[in-house]
Amino acid sequence: MTIEGFTPLTGFLGGMLIGAAVVLLFWLNGRIAGISGIVAGTIGTQDHDTRWRWLFLTGLVATALLWPLIAGNAVPVVLEAGMVEIVAAGLLVGFGSRLGCGCTSGHGIAGLARFSVRSAVAVATFFAVAVLVATSTGYLASTGAAG
Amino acid sequence: MRLVVALASGVMFALGLIVSEMVNPAKVLAFLDFSGRWDPTLVLVFLGGLAVAVPGMQWVLRQGRPVLAEKFSLPESSEIDWQLVAGAALFGAGWGLAGFCPGPAVTALGSGVPMVFVFVLAMIAGMAAYKILNRWRQGPIDG
Repeated sequence: MTIEGFTPLTGFLGGMLIGAAVVLLFWLNGRIAGISGIVAGTIGTQDHDTRWRWLFLTGLVATALLWPLIAGNAVPVVLEAGMVEIVAAGLLVGFGSRLGCGCTSGHGIAGLARFSVRSAVAVATFFAVAVLVATSTGYLASTGAAG
Repeated sequence: MRLVVALASGVMFALGLIVSEMVNPAKVLAFLDFSGRWDPTLVLVFLGGLAVAVPGMQWVLRQGRPVLAEKFSLPESSEIDWQLVAGAALFGAGWGLAGFCPGPAVTALGSGVPMVFVFVLAMIAGMAAYKILNRWRQGPIDG
């Protein structure tokens, strides 16, 4: 295993911004910035309280949309997986985040910051499985076994 | 005012994802994939996030209530049940496959990369499937 592409400073800084966003939403609105929950809360629901969720999601997309104008470079998104993998991944992330009541922001940042044991278990589980899946598919791809 | 806060929080969250490059699935997979070349940046992102969120959330909780709402909206359950573990495992499997989780995926819609839309649609389908399955399990009595 060799270390490559490590960007600790921008990583840490970006992480601080994410943490600040989570604290801001909780401090002022009392809401947890768990993105899976925010997205799920906009799907097919009669709840009148979806407006803040749409505003949050708009903030996410609009920032990426406008980023090239602010920073002068495109938002880097490299998605190399095939169509089947992407659909499967999306279904798993969508279903799993609802069954498990959270994701990397909800459990990983907000949950751990609240010292939630539930979130700690969720984080340990999804990290372990993610590493297992990513490492095996990565290994298979490098040996040419996978298409 | 709460709507402005929601928008501002979303903008700040996205800036964090873009600056840290967590919006890029390739960068995330470079951490999750332990074979070959390894990029530990994701660990630093979490450390940065927790460095702010831990003292921040703990301070906010001590205030007793949010500034612009009557009470905190917090998850009710504190049990560690099979749904939590199974859900996290399924989520982890999906995350390890494409390197995308909900926040970066939605943010990446703004990049215009077509496959991102495929992922997000599949993610919504997965969420809807859970909702339908859950409602079906509960039966018409609670419906």
